[in-house]
Amino acid sequence: MARFTSETIVKPLLGFFALLSLVFLAGILVTLLTESGPFFGEYNPLEFFTGTQWYPTLETQNADGEWVSDPQFGLLPLLGASLQVTILALIIALPLSLGAAVFLAEIAPPVLREIIKPLIELLAGIPSVVFGFIGMVLVAPFIKDLFDIPIGLNGLSASIVLAFMAFPTITSLAEDAISAVPRDLKEASLAMGANRWETVSRVLVPSARSGIFSAVILGFGRVIGETMTVLMVAGGGAALTFDPLSPLRPMTATIALEMGEAVQGGPHYHALFALALMLLAITLGFNLLAERIRKRDF
Amino acid sequence: MHKYSTIPIALTLVLGMALTGCGGEGNGEPSEVVTLSVNGSTTVTPIMQCVAEVYEAADLEVSGTGSGDGITALIDGRTDLAMSSRKMKDKEKEDAAAKGVKPVEVVIARDGIAIVVHPSNPVSGLTLEQVKDIYLGKITNWKALGGPDAEIVPVTRDSASGTFEVFAELVMDKEPIVPGAVTQNSNGTVRSAVAESEGAIGYVGLGYVDKTVKAVAIDGVVPSEDTVNGGTYKIARDLNLYYPEGASQAVLDLVKFVLGKEGQKIVADEGFIPL
Repeated sequence: MARFTSETIVKPLLGFFALLSLVFLAGILVTLLTESGPFFGEYNPLEFFTGTQWYPTLETQNADGEWVSDPQFGLLPLLGASLQVTILALIIALPLSLGAAVFLAEIAPPVLREIIKPLIELLAGIPSVVFGFIGMVLVAPFIKDLFDIPIGLNGLSASIVLAFMAFPTITSLAEDAISAVPRDLKEASLAMGANRWETVSRVLVPSARSGIFSAVILGFGRVIGETMTVLMVAGGGAALTFDPLSPLRPMTATIALEMGEAVQGGPHYHALFALALMLLAITLGFNLLAERIRKRDF
Repeated sequence: MHKYSTIPIALTLVLGMALTGCGGEGNGEPSEVVTLSVNGSTTVTPIMQCVAEVYEAADLEVSGTGSGDGITALIDGRTDLAMSSRKMKDKEKEDAAAKGVKPVEVVIARDGIAIVVHPSNPVSGLTLEQVKDIYLGKITNWKALGGPDAEIVPVTRDSASGTFEVFAELVMDKEPIVPGAVTQNSNGTVRSAVAESEGAIGYVGLGYVDKTVKAVAIDGVVPSEDTVNGGTYKIARDLNLYYPEGASQAVLDLVKFVLGKEGQKIVADEGFIPL
């Protein structure tokens, strides 16, 4: 009877659950495509991809002196903000993560490792609104005073907070990669007279490079999709600029800022879905890339 | 002192981000009540949604589609009541006359926008033109306005919000705001961004002004309930309902309710100025 139940009910049920995730993914894709589809009919895609201004509710006066809706949906300032904040966050996070990973894999005594590793993983579980809160209350005022700039809500403050959010992801994966380097390589290096530092920097880290690289790329996916933190800390300026000390508005923050009040079914609404589609394409692309790099072991 | 003072601000801010409800309790199972549709301004929508929760004589279907859409819907007979954060335009009046609709205007509340700066800022009055120039990026230093030699940080709202709409119309004459302006998604976060930065300037609904920021006089008039109601404070507007002449008793009753004590309390609770 027990066997009968597990064979005929539980198995298909589990299969159904596994299938559900596929259904959700397909549903998200279909929704994004159908909701952003009209946008590319209403608005010139070339202007979307090359536009440098984001004025979703702008009105201008036509020849008759009437005010007509003339929105500007330029992707570049928002995409630029997303990339700047993300890359800067990874630049900050990488040395910290790599150092922590090497320490955990090679230097820390097992007891210490057993304590630190779960703690780092715990960091990954902190809700992003808490990170955003800390960014607003501690990081932004600190950056404001440090650089003597008029406002602390800017790209750099957001990057610092995002770096801490990416830290556990990158550390954990990089540590796995370093631990997975065959013992022979390490022992051979030590036997040749290389000291510990030389072994780590010339043998272990280079051997684990594909794993470390894919860790960084997964960190990228984690950071570029982050919304609450950048909404609270990045400042929200939509100018196309390459100054991380100015307020920036990444794509995720734009969607969160404007979706609530965009007229449903209007061009603005569709434009925000188009942004979401871009984000999905970017994160999906990078996840696939990370997967390939990890498997290929270049 | 400075470090600690930020914590309560940020706390209220995070709490403020949670959805604000109307506090209306569900009403039993009303039988055979009429359904009225209410369309239009997103600024007026929260008032009417709260009214819908407590009003029992009719079921209200409230949708915030923008003032223009609400008025068009009224003219086309697609809605019973239109919400509008501006007066009807001449063109709309002509359209209505052509279709034999005579809209009746009812002012249900007033909405004032205060221009706020950091409390330490010595500038206490600006002209409307100066505020506009700041947000156009033409004036970038407080020195030009009689203040200290410090960069001005303009703080604005997300461009789909009702507050932004008033500001864009009454201050900016619909000209685009400098794109690098700090953008926040609520009155509360604008206030805290201004409270945190000595050089910042922002705009918030009158109900959001507290001692963490300083409201400046515009063209010599300090914003207050009195100056808004008296019409001397410039950055203010009426919030209106429109219904067609000859509307049903249910519509008239609803308008009466909004203008009454309970309706006006909702107006005040939502951060607007009651009549």
